Amino acid sequence: MKRLLSGNQAVARGAWEAGCNVAAAYPGTPSTEILENINRYPEIYTEWAVNEKVALEVVAGACFTGARALTAMKHVGVNVAADPMFTMAYSGVTGGLVIVTADDPGMWSSQDEQDNRHYGRHAKIPVLEPSDSNEAKLFTILAFDISEKFDTPVLLRLTTRICHSVTIVEFGKRKEHKIKGYVKDIKKRLVLPAHARIRHRIVEKRLIRLSRYSDIFPYNKIEWGKKSLGIITSGISYQYAKEIFPDASFLKLSFTYPVPIKLIRKFARQVKRLVVIEEGDPILENEIKVLGIKVTGKDKIPLCGELTPKVIRDSLKRPYKRTKKPLRAPARPPVLCPGCPHRGVFYVINKLKLTATGDIGCYTLGALPPLNAMDTCICMGASVTNAHGMEKALGAEFSQKTVAVLGDSTFYHSGITGLVNAVYNKGNLNLFILDNHTTAMTGHQPHPGTGRLAKGEAGKRVPPEDIVKGAGVEFVKIINPDSLKEVEEAIKQALAFDGVTVLIFRKPCALLTKPKPPFRIDPELCNGCRLCLRLGCPAISLTFPKEKKRPLAVIDQGLCVGCGLCVQMCPRKAIVLSKEKENGK
Amino acid sequence: MENKKVTNIVICGVGGQGIILASNVLCNAAFNERLDVKKSEVHGMAQRGGSVITHVRFGEKVYSPLIEEGKVDFILAFEKLEAFRYLHYLKEKNGVIIVNDREIPPMSVLVGADTYPADITKKLKNYGELHLVPAEKTARELKNSRTVNIILLGVLSTFLNFKTRSWHSALKSCIKEKFVELNISAFDRGRALRRE
Repeated sequence: MKRLLSGNQAVARGAWEAGCNVAAAYPGTPSTEILENINRYPEIYTEWAVNEKVALEVVAGACFTGARALTAMKHVGVNVAADPMFTMAYSGVTGGLVIVTADDPGMWSSQDEQDNRHYGRHAKIPVLEPSDSNEAKLFTILAFDISEKFDTPVLLRLTTRICHSVTIVEFGKRKEHKIKGYVKDIKKRLVLPAHARIRHRIVEKRLIRLSRYSDIFPYNKIEWGKKSLGIITSGISYQYAKEIFPDASFLKLSFTYPVPIKLIRKFARQVKRLVVIEEGDPILENEIKVLGIKVTGKDKIPLCGELTPKVIRDSLKRPYKRTKKPLRAPARPPVLCPGCPHRGVFYVINKLKLTATGDIGCYTLGALPPLNAMDTCICMGASVTNAHGMEKALGAEFSQKTVAVLGDSTFYHSGITGLVNAVYNKGNLNLFILDNHTTAMTGHQPHPGTGRLAKGEAGKRVPPEDIVKGAGVEFVKIINPDSLKEVEEAIKQALAFDGVTVLIFRKPCALLTKPKPPFRIDPELCNGCRLCLRLGCPAISLTFPKEKKRPLAVIDQGLCVGCGLCVQMCPRKAIVLSKEKENGK
Repeated sequence: MENKKVTNIVICGVGGQGIILASNVLCNAAFNERLDVKKSEVHGMAQRGGSVITHVRFGEKVYSPLIEEGKVDFILAFEKLEAFRYLHYLKEKNGVIIVNDREIPPMSVLVGADTYPADITKKLKNYGELHLVPAEKTARELKNSRTVNIILLGVLSTFLNFKTRSWHSALKSCIKEKFVELNISAFDRGRALRRE
């Protein structure tokens, strides 16, 4: 049977067919749908962990018992999980352990474009790179086999184009994996220095064996074409290169660390010109250069940004002569949704001219005009700690104009430690938790504050206010972000308070709440003052009616969800409830 | 050697307009025709009202899920500015632009920092064969604003030689059962619009 699947759905299918028993992850684009889809298989225990490090440690524990286990995360998530990952390379596995990294060349939804193939060499673990959904499924199964055969975690490396492209996948059956059970082995799993020294030697020997295996791995293969040009490539770059150089000879690499040395030498000997086409860093290129083989690569192909067929053509061939040039169109970046509970808080932050250290989530969009309410965004949890560090450098007075802003899911991910740190180190941190009761940006996954579990059943709720109080914070308030007045008063109180303060702005994500009746703007009362536009609500726009001397603000009845923030902005009370209802609403 | 028989389509619009669903139906219809199919989409932040584009390719054998600029046969746009943004993807000759007769100003325009391209319809005409579709109006007639995407897909279907059966079963496999009938009628309305 064949089906159309995205790369992420295919990895989930592969995990299921391989008999995977346990899976855990923290959501992150472009990896999120892997766990979401694994979650649909009742045979696999699935959980949303609070962060990537926790997720990897959970599946590591599962594999110690002989279970097959998988975790999936975005590229920067691997930075968070790197600590246990490196040690797992030493301790080895018992049941198969697959770590999926979903890299984001082009940074469609990320803060950097790190190439996580580096982690293979750095942690001394094998790397597999699929080039379409069918291979994503197949390599997931093979990754479990390799993991058990060589007693090592395996890194399955995807990119946004693999994760979010749909191709045809051949389905197989599930092969049940029986969990052997736990057997104590401290020489292997208790990695104190004396044991680790012995383990390191084992790791190095394993790499030599893996390198030999790479040479016979069936999906590292030569496709002979014309021998005037030989292309070595992997992952999605293979598909682009086939498109642009249909007649060339190819060495398609799928098991990309360690590289197949014999196969590369054999291929290089038989082609006249050798080119490496890879996205991101010159990883394969450098491996080949070390073998003393001359090769073209990053001297022609860009290091930055995503590869596309066009980029490959423009780097290595004569570009197309084209009359149709891109036209200048006004940008359309993503925006906070109409009715977004974060909007009012950012409006007030901007109004009070505060310095706001930000974080990763939908609310990062609060940095964009007209809200302009965010100064920094480094990584998950850094809002809390950056604000604390600024205060320690500049003194407590600075903290009276500074706030740290993060979401509820981010707070559980890595905000808690920074908060405890600020309390302990006598900081004057003002922390805002924008609690929309979900992990919104990645598509509404549950977290400890929701009390729902991955498969939908009720878990135990861990309210953020309880954690905050437990950390010793004396000033904690829960605020309704729909009232601009209440928001502003609470912020002013918090800023004036000596010590750590936490304001929890609590209202569910607009995409999870039933819209209220929309508002409209009375054209007789509106004087075109533009105050309502300062909210940056996509439902409000400015029009220039011919019959009026002044511009006129208009609310799109299809977009407005009736949150009423703009009503509080209008000094002339021109924003009123609409009477007529829309069809189909 | 180069495969001449691949059809290249981009579907673009504003996050939340149902672009991903429309592209799924198109892919499944091509799959039902026993063709090789590849689609590429980017989501994540895109669902927050940003610009969204999906590439769909089908034929005997498809390698890249991304279409090279200048090789697109059809642009199916849910909003005029988004069609305008991706015009350079259209092939030099005989490209077709099917565009929803709707203008959604981006935030930069809403706050007066930028302007929506003037005479946008005229500019679209300069690039290819333009079909302006009153999909919003048609959806209102069907009493459901959520059918705009499938109406537009109906218009596109009249340019492709797929069997009606392939389309209908694609709609069934992508859409919740209780909405299938509504969407099949929306699809048929779209087909009829082209003939009008």
